[in-house]
Amino acid sequence: MKRLLALGAVVLTTATLAWAGSGDLAKAGGAPKPVITKAVKGDQCVEPNDFMRRNHMKLLKHQRDETVIDGVRTKKYALKECINCHASEKTGSVAASKDDFCVSCHSYAAVKIDCFDCHSTKPQGSVAMHPLNADTAHYKHRLAAQATSRVSAEEMAGIAQ
Amino acid sequence: MSEMKPMSDNTPGSPERRRFIGVATAAAGLALAPGVMLIEVAHGRPEDQAASAAVRWGMLVDATKCVADCNECVSACSTENGWTPVAESKHPRQAPQWIRKLELQDPLTQLETNLPMMCQHCGEPPCVDVCPTGASFKRADGIVLVNRHTCIGCRYCMMACPYKARSLVHEPLNDTQKPDVPRGIGCVEACTFCVQKVDRGDGNTACAEACTKAGHNAILFGDMNDPESEISKRLRELPTKQVRADLNLNTGIRHHGI
Amino acid sequence: MASITFREVEGSSLKYWMLFGFLGLFVLFGALSWNTMHHYGHVVTGMDNQIVWGLPHVFAVFLIVAASGALNVASIASVFSKPMYKPLAPLSAILSLALLLGGLLVLVLDLGRSDRLIVAMTNFNFKSMFTWNVFLYTGFFVLVGIYLWTMLDRSVKSYSKAAGTAAFLWRLTLTTGTGSLFGFLVARELYGTAMLAPMFIIMSFAYGLAIYLMVLAAAYAWTGRALGDIVMMRLKTLLAVFVAAVLYFVVVQHMTSLYFTKFHAVEAFMLRDGGIITTLFWVGQIVIGCVIPLVILLSGLGKQRSWIMIACGLVILGGIVQMYVTIIGAQAYPLDMFPGVTEKSSFFDGEVHPYSPSMPELFLGLGGVAIALLATVFGIKVLRLLPASLDDATVAKLEH
Repeated sequence: MKRLLALGAVVLTTATLAWAGSGDLAKAGGAPKPVITKAVKGDQCVEPNDFMRRNHMKLLKHQRDETVIDGVRTKKYALKECINCHASEKTGSVAASKDDFCVSCHSYAAVKIDCFDCHSTKPQGSVAMHPLNADTAHYKHRLAAQATSRVSAEEMAGIAQ
Repeated sequence: MSEMKPMSDNTPGSPERRRFIGVATAAAGLALAPGVMLIEVAHGRPEDQAASAAVRWGMLVDATKCVADCNECVSACSTENGWTPVAESKHPRQAPQWIRKLELQDPLTQLETNLPMMCQHCGEPPCVDVCPTGASFKRADGIVLVNRHTCIGCRYCMMACPYKARSLVHEPLNDTQKPDVPRGIGCVEACTFCVQKVDRGDGNTACAEACTKAGHNAILFGDMNDPESEISKRLRELPTKQVRADLNLNTGIRHHGI
Repeated sequence: MASITFREVEGSSLKYWMLFGFLGLFVLFGALSWNTMHHYGHVVTGMDNQIVWGLPHVFAVFLIVAASGALNVASIASVFSKPMYKPLAPLSAILSLALLLGGLLVLVLDLGRSDRLIVAMTNFNFKSMFTWNVFLYTGFFVLVGIYLWTMLDRSVKSYSKAAGTAAFLWRLTLTTGTGSLFGFLVARELYGTAMLAPMFIIMSFAYGLAIYLMVLAAAYAWTGRALGDIVMMRLKTLLAVFVAAVLYFVVVQHMTSLYFTKFHAVEAFMLRDGGIITTLFWVGQIVIGCVIPLVILLSGLGKQRSWIMIACGLVILGGIVQMYVTIIGAQAYPLDMFPGVTEKSSFFDGEVHPYSPSMPELFLGLGGVAIALLATVFGIKVLRLLPASLDDATVAKLEH
């Protein structure tokens, strides 16, 4: 009986969400723009931003096969390193809340992320404790000022292609 | 059947080619500077170097030293790899268990034997044979793993494994995974010989470390291809058996006292 | 040879749409079941790390095996050139396609990651029986599709025999492949024998024909077309032969196992001590699935149509039970890692594993059955698959 109820709840929720979603869209004239939070560490990603926005999935996919099948553990294109730099200071995660780094763009682009069914969305240890954050703590006040920026619609359209 | 390889193997970065390079590099290293090689293996290989077939990770389980009510290896595995201990699980029958303590008793002689049971990291793994997508695979250094990127959760490997070593993750893990140990709903998993530790250069598994720490020394982990390794030396002296030796799977775990 | 008129089922009556809706309802239940299993994970099923293949596999394997068998009638017509079976062939082909579709859907929707089906279609390990089956299923769809086309389109009619023969050989391979899914497992005592492949073939003959007979009789009765006794009597005798052959294989398999000491424990479990599995084996598989249908079909009762239908129903029911016993029973018996000693662990080593299927599993399986029937019901509406009449006079003319 419980399961039946749960099943009903799922169906209703889906329907409600779909309805609510369509309502939002109509009101705002578009989905909410993705929020891109500056990474805690460093000024520059492993490749230029433009390249990363278009190609991060290719890099990750290549790296994942090398790591899992061959045992190559280079850090440059490793998902773990993405998470180490991009985990949000608020949630400590790249995918826990809707403004977190990965989720924010992916929900805008309506692309399902499969990574976090299996991968942890958080860096090793707590964010504060993380060595990458410890030696970059001096960045924090500077980053706070420019912490979040909204990507323009043109930029997103470019990525989508 | 071995010549029939998935198509992706023909691409430049294929495992076959890497393995070859790995072996070739290792062979060259062996010829040029044996001393350097030994240090390398002991401290783990560089992170950009693929696992090499020059190494075969293996384990010696000494059942005569394994203690009845000790569960240290199981707890250590659960902590290291982030799976919920079965006692704490809401669904004990469906909870994954990467390692378990097995109690054996001979009905005639009443002799009791204890040992940990997990993936035996076969040289000829039946799970790898039956996997439709090739997600079950044996790494060059003998560690049998599941590639969760291609595992579709068909559970054929669980049917094929003679050791019942594999588990399906039956429910969402809700971001409780360890950053080093990805694992998730709908995929099959098993003991990885703590591959994250091995690649880090620890040269040991969580269970073996815990067993040593508890003072039992029933588990010894190491490179079975290196004649100078502790495990190779012990295996040469101590009579050991493979579980289900009749299947001729060339297991990576050898048991003494079963 | 007299010609036969094929005609679509009109399919505009209330009864047709009620049947359509009824089957559609079960398809919907199946879809909801999949959604539940996919959303919550396999934790909502009765399957666990001991019984890893459950009720969905029972249905899926049954449907796939039956699919190959449903092609029987068509094969007799084309490969063995029996004119009487010619008018029965198109329904046989469409039914086999529909059953395979239903079975495969259940199989893939029960995957732990059913959303990753594309991975299964793009990554292959050619040592796996599963991979071989992917190709066997695809090939079956193509070949039977072509065969059906040669039967329906006069311009390619001359290729009918070639297409029929190809489909026949392919489906023998397909069922060999399905049987080998289990036959190639080294770990389990009850599998790991080449015997499973021929056994699955003969099982497919029986299940497929029983389903075919029921669908044929229903289609003719509900559309008010004439279906003569000649057809029914021929087919029911054939069914009796197939059921007897299944029984023969089961007896041989268990007799062989009983001779080997190492199999004594597992045989005792199946035949004597296995509780529900033992009951299902004796009552479901042997008595309901084989003995009673044989008695009905071979005695005077077999002359009455309603009794033939009962026999077919029992063969189908017995077939599903046989699949249950084969798939669940073999997993329920604990793996024997250390022969001769007792085993105990937190992972339920050394004990018989219980299994109680959950609602989503049952409805996922039934959803597959419903899809198969729905496809058939739709097929006979849009294609000319059924002869307008199969009364004795029409059929008798074919024989001369």
